[in-house]
Amino acid sequence: MAESATSNIVEVKEPSFPFGKKEKQLITDPLMDNNPVTIQVLGICSALAVTTQVFPSFVISIAVVFVCAFSSLATSLLRNNIPTQVRMIVQLVIIATLVTVVELVLKAFSFEVYKQLSVFIGLIITNCIVMGRLEAFAMANRPWKSFLDGIGNGLGYGLILLIVAFFRELFGKGTLFVGSPAEVFIIGANNATTTYWINTAAESGFGSYFSWYANNNLMVLPAAAMFIIGIFIWWQRSRNPKLVDIS
Amino acid sequence: MHSTNQVLMFVFVMTTIVAVGLTGLREATKPLADANEAIFNKKGVLAAVKSQIGEDPKNWDNAQVESEFAKVKGYVFDYEGNPIQDMVAIDLEKNRDKNNKLAVKERAFPVWVYEKGGEKFYVVTVYGKGLWDKIWGTVALKSDLNTIVGVSFDHKGETPGLGAEIKDSPAFKSQFEGRKIYNDAGEYKSIIVRKGGAKDKTHEVDSISGATITGDGVTDMFVEGLANYKPVLDAAKNMK
Repeated sequence: MAESATSNIVEVKEPSFPFGKKEKQLITDPLMDNNPVTIQVLGICSALAVTTQVFPSFVISIAVVFVCAFSSLATSLLRNNIPTQVRMIVQLVIIATLVTVVELVLKAFSFEVYKQLSVFIGLIITNCIVMGRLEAFAMANRPWKSFLDGIGNGLGYGLILLIVAFFRELFGKGTLFVGSPAEVFIIGANNATTTYWINTAAESGFGSYFSWYANNNLMVLPAAAMFIIGIFIWWQRSRNPKLVDIS
Repeated sequence: MHSTNQVLMFVFVMTTIVAVGLTGLREATKPLADANEAIFNKKGVLAAVKSQIGEDPKNWDNAQVESEFAKVKGYVFDYEGNPIQDMVAIDLEKNRDKNNKLAVKERAFPVWVYEKGGEKFYVVTVYGKGLWDKIWGTVALKSDLNTIVGVSFDHKGETPGLGAEIKDSPAFKSQFEGRKIYNDAGEYKSIIVRKGGAKDKTHEVDSISGATITGDGVTDMFVEGLANYKPVLDAAKNMK
């Protein structure tokens, strides 16, 4: 798998608790130079599926950070006791438990968000980033470091999600952050229920220059996410040629 | 390597802890989740008549929903239009999966009557299948039992941004307002979600791009659901 080629070399030294240089890197590396999606190539499928709109992507990112961090912590605490024969099943039980916790909490305290995310919450269980990090890192490292690694990789995944969702929602629907209190309607034809900043149906004024504009329906479909992630990988590697050798 | 006994012991202890923990959390949050769902179902009924209320109940707090819902009268009928006295209409929404699994002759049909300015509006439920899972909704009809004044949809597992737009997109739902389910000759036409844009502005609405199968599900849900409601609505209209 791709993660074996990454720069996470297992450290045997005592961790400099709580925040040494190594610990900071555990958080910052996955954001860019060791990003779980674009460099480790994990979690691509869910990055294609969940990124139609910014707000659900944002909530899913928070949930993934939570699940990643605490499943890494739990796995690391148990790492010397987990029987090797059932290692992956045990990891899966830990992940599924945490995802169920997320679901129950959302259902009780934020029902509208729960309704909006619908199937995406359950999809976290199948997100290979979570299990990938448990296998590659948490099984061989101390709890605090594993916890930070979980947070870092969750954030790295969330960053890609938000970037992709931003472009998909903007060009696919002409809106941003729909569903959240900060929702804005950028470009489109005004109708009975929605007013856009740039009204492409306007007879005169600024909006009338945009009467040619139409939403790109490809952006709504998962294929668009592939293009955006592809462009991001291209940009990332041309900026830092060292990354090219790794993959 | 661990021995088989060690493995079994580990798995047993772990699953017991997880099962007890999750059951505890579920039981602790159940009252909150149930209350949320009840409010959500009431909002669904009110959302169908939102053009009459003059406001979308989506962002209302619980007290507002309860006080507005108190103005709505709920009835339950059997498939022939005989009233069923010992059922509460909004409770059927909680059990909609169970209710809609029954054969039409055994099913209960809820109707809510919202009155404004001397005019009565009839809210009925529809139920069907989307791409991934169940979809359902409420439809409000004018007292001619033909013209739609508003709809509201919900779903169990449609994709946010695609199929879930039947619930989330105000533009999709507002198309239904003013559509008719019978033509001038009195033939049953229902509402068709048309891919590529509505041709007939009386009985068709535009589909959502990227959500063809969910759109077809909405079509089926209307064709079948509203046909079953015909005798029920006639009975509801004659109720005092």
